Amino acid sequence: MFSLSVPLGKFVRRVTRLRGGGSALPGLVVEKIDPGFMQRTLSTLPHGVAVVSGTNGKTTTTKMVVELLESQGLKVFTNRTGSNFTRGVAAALLGDVDWRGRLDADIAVLELDEAHAVHFVNRVPPRYSLLLNVLRDQLDRFGEIDKTAQLLQHIAVKTTGTVVLNREDPRVARIADTLHGPEVLYFGLDDSLLGTFPSDDELRAGPGSPIPAVPERPQADVVLRRVGADDADFEYDGVTVTTGMKLRGVYNIFNAAAALALARSICGSGAATADHSTLLRALSEVAPAFGRGESLTVDGLPLDLVLVKNPSGFRLGLKSFPSGGYATMIAINDNYADGRDMSWLWDVDFDSLRAEGVDQVTGSRAYDMALRLQYDEVQVGAVGTDIAADLADFIRKGKGKPKRVFCTYTAMLAIRRELSKITTVEVVS
Amino acid sequence: MTPDSGAGTTASKGTIRVVQLYPREMNIYGDWGNALVLRQRLKWHGYTPELLEYDVGDEFPEGADIILGGGGQDSGQLVIQDDLQSRAGLLKGMAEDGAPMLLICGMYQLFGRFFKTRSGPVIPGIGVLDVETHGTDERLIGNVKVTTAEFGEVLGYENHSGQTTLGPGVEPLGTVAKGTGNNSSDGQEGARYRNIVASYLHGSLLPKNPAIADFLIRTAVERKYGTFTPGEPDDRYAVLAREHAARRPR
Repeated sequence: MFSLSVPLGKFVRRVTRLRGGGSALPGLVVEKIDPGFMQRTLSTLPHGVAVVSGTNGKTTTTKMVVELLESQGLKVFTNRTGSNFTRGVAAALLGDVDWRGRLDADIAVLELDEAHAVHFVNRVPPRYSLLLNVLRDQLDRFGEIDKTAQLLQHIAVKTTGTVVLNREDPRVARIADTLHGPEVLYFGLDDSLLGTFPSDDELRAGPGSPIPAVPERPQADVVLRRVGADDADFEYDGVTVTTGMKLRGVYNIFNAAAALALARSICGSGAATADHSTLLRALSEVAPAFGRGESLTVDGLPLDLVLVKNPSGFRLGLKSFPSGGYATMIAINDNYADGRDMSWLWDVDFDSLRAEGVDQVTGSRAYDMALRLQYDEVQVGAVGTDIAADLADFIRKGKGKPKRVFCTYTAMLAIRRELSKITTVEVVS
Repeated sequence: MTPDSGAGTTASKGTIRVVQLYPREMNIYGDWGNALVLRQRLKWHGYTPELLEYDVGDEFPEGADIILGGGGQDSGQLVIQDDLQSRAGLLKGMAEDGAPMLLICGMYQLFGRFFKTRSGPVIPGIGVLDVETHGTDERLIGNVKVTTAEFGEVLGYENHSGQTTLGPGVEPLGTVAKGTGNNSSDGQEGARYRNIVASYLHGSLLPKNPAIADFLIRTAVERKYGTFTPGEPDDRYAVLAREHAARRPR
C-alpha cells in the first residue's frame, strides 16, 4: 500500500529541521492525515516494541538498552531525541522509514513519558516494558505519586510479553500483584546498597532515624551488588560479574541493572543469543545521555553537568559527585519540563556542600535555592536569575578549578546552549 | 524519634521542643522544610531546638512546645487515621491550652471534623478545628498569594483536591489574592484558631513566610519562659525569594 502521508510527513520533517524547529510537528502532521501510521509501522517489527517508562532515568536507560541490543546484532529503532510523547515517536519514525513507510528494524525500544505512555500502549501494546521508578518530581502534573503509579500499572497491563519491574521501589514492585498475563522479572539492589536509595517515603526521616526493616523481596533477575569508582558488580544467572563503567552516579548504574534485565529478556525470547561477554563490553562502554552526568571541558578542565529533578536524584547526585576541589554551581528553573513546584528542594540534605560552599546559584528559582542553602548553613557566593550571565561569571571566577553544575532540565538545556559557544558539546540530532 | 540539639556558641536562652506528626506518612511536599526552618530560626533567636518525630504507634513525646503536621496522599491519611484518633484528646487539650501548631494540607483536613473522600468513605477528623472537607474531582494546583492581617502577604503553592469550608468556630488565615485556597467558592485560605495556623500552602510554607515561623516560635517561648527576646535572623534571601515569587505571573 502506498500512502502519501509518509512522503508528506518526511517533507514537513525536513522543513522543520531546516528551520531548526521542534521535533513533534511532523509527527502531528502525519498523525492527522494518517492516524494508523505509527501502529501500522511498529506492528511490522519481528520482535515488537519495548517501552521504558518511570519518572526518572528513562533517557539513559533507553540508551543502554539500545546499545546492549545492538551489541547482539539487532537493528533497533528508538526515539533518541528524548521526544518521549506519542507524537515524538511518530516524528522519529518518519525519520527512519523509507519513502514507502517501511521500517528496517528488528525491534523498537521507546522511552515514553508516563502520561503519554498510556495513550501509546492503548494503540500499540508493547511486547516488553521496563518500569523504573515513581519519584516525586512530577506532583504538579499528576497530583499524587499514587496516580503516577497507576499510569505505570496501565503500561504493565497492556504488555503482552514481559514486564521488568524495580524490586526496590514499592510502588513499582506492587504492580506485579495486578498482572495476570505477562511474565514478570525484577531488577534489584544488594541489601548493602539499599541505604543509598532512600525511597521518597523515607526521605525526610532525620539522621539517626532507624532504617526500616527490609521486607521479604522477590528473586531478581539482575541484582546490582556493588558500585565502585569506575566499575560495578552485577549478579545474574547465579554468577557475580565485574564490569568497568563509564556511567557515573549510583542511580545510573542501578538503571544499568534494569537495562541488562530487559536486554537479556529480549534476547532470551529468541531475538539473539545474548552473548555474555559482548553484553558486558557494551555495558561498560555506554556513555551518559546528554546532560545526564556528562563531563564537558572548559578551559582545559572538566565541567560536569548533573541533572537533578527530584529529592532522591539530587541526594544521589550530591553523594555520587563529592564537592571537594570543585567549583560548584546550582541552576534551578521551574518551567513546565522541570516541574513548577520546587518544594522538594527542602527534602534534599545539602550538608555535603557546607565545607566548600556553593560559588554560584542561578535559574528562575535561584533565590529559593539560596534560601534553602542558607538553612543548611552552606555559604553561597553569588545569586542571580540570568543563567547565561551567571554561567559566564562562574567560569571566569572558577578559573583553574574543575567545575560541577547541578541543574534542572531546562536549566541544563540553557547551560549546554551557552557552553556550546565556548566548548564542544555533543550534538543530539 | 531524633532529638537534635543545635548547640550554639553563646549560652542558650532555653530549649524548645518541636514535634512533627507522622513524618513518614504525612510529609510529601517538602514539609521537612518547615521543621528545618523552625530548628534554624530557633538557633538564630538564641534558643536550643529539639526536633522530635511522632509516628504511628510511638509514645507521644513529653513536653512538646510546637506541633507540626504535614501533607500526605489520601493513602497516608488512611494509614494514620486510627492512631490520630487515639491522640485526639491529647492534641485537642494542647490546642485549647494555646500550644502553637502548624497544620498543612492533609493534617489541616484531619484536624477538622471530617474528610469525605470522593470515592465514598468518610475519614473522621479529630475536631480540633471547626472545618469540614469534601473530596472533589477538581485538583487545585498552583501558586497562591494570600492577604492576611496578621502575617502580611503569605506566599506558597497549593496542590489538593479536597475542598475545605470553615465553620463559625475558626477564622480564615486570609483572603486569596492569587490561586484558589480552601475551596473554589469563597476566596478564603487556611484557618486560624487559638495559636494554630492551618493552611493548604506548602512550598514549604515557613521558609518564604518567616513571619509565621516567628509567630510559632514567639508563642512557644512565651508560653514556656514568659517573655521572648528575638535574635536577628538574616532574611535577605527570604525577602528576595518572596519578591521574586510575588512578581511572577504564575
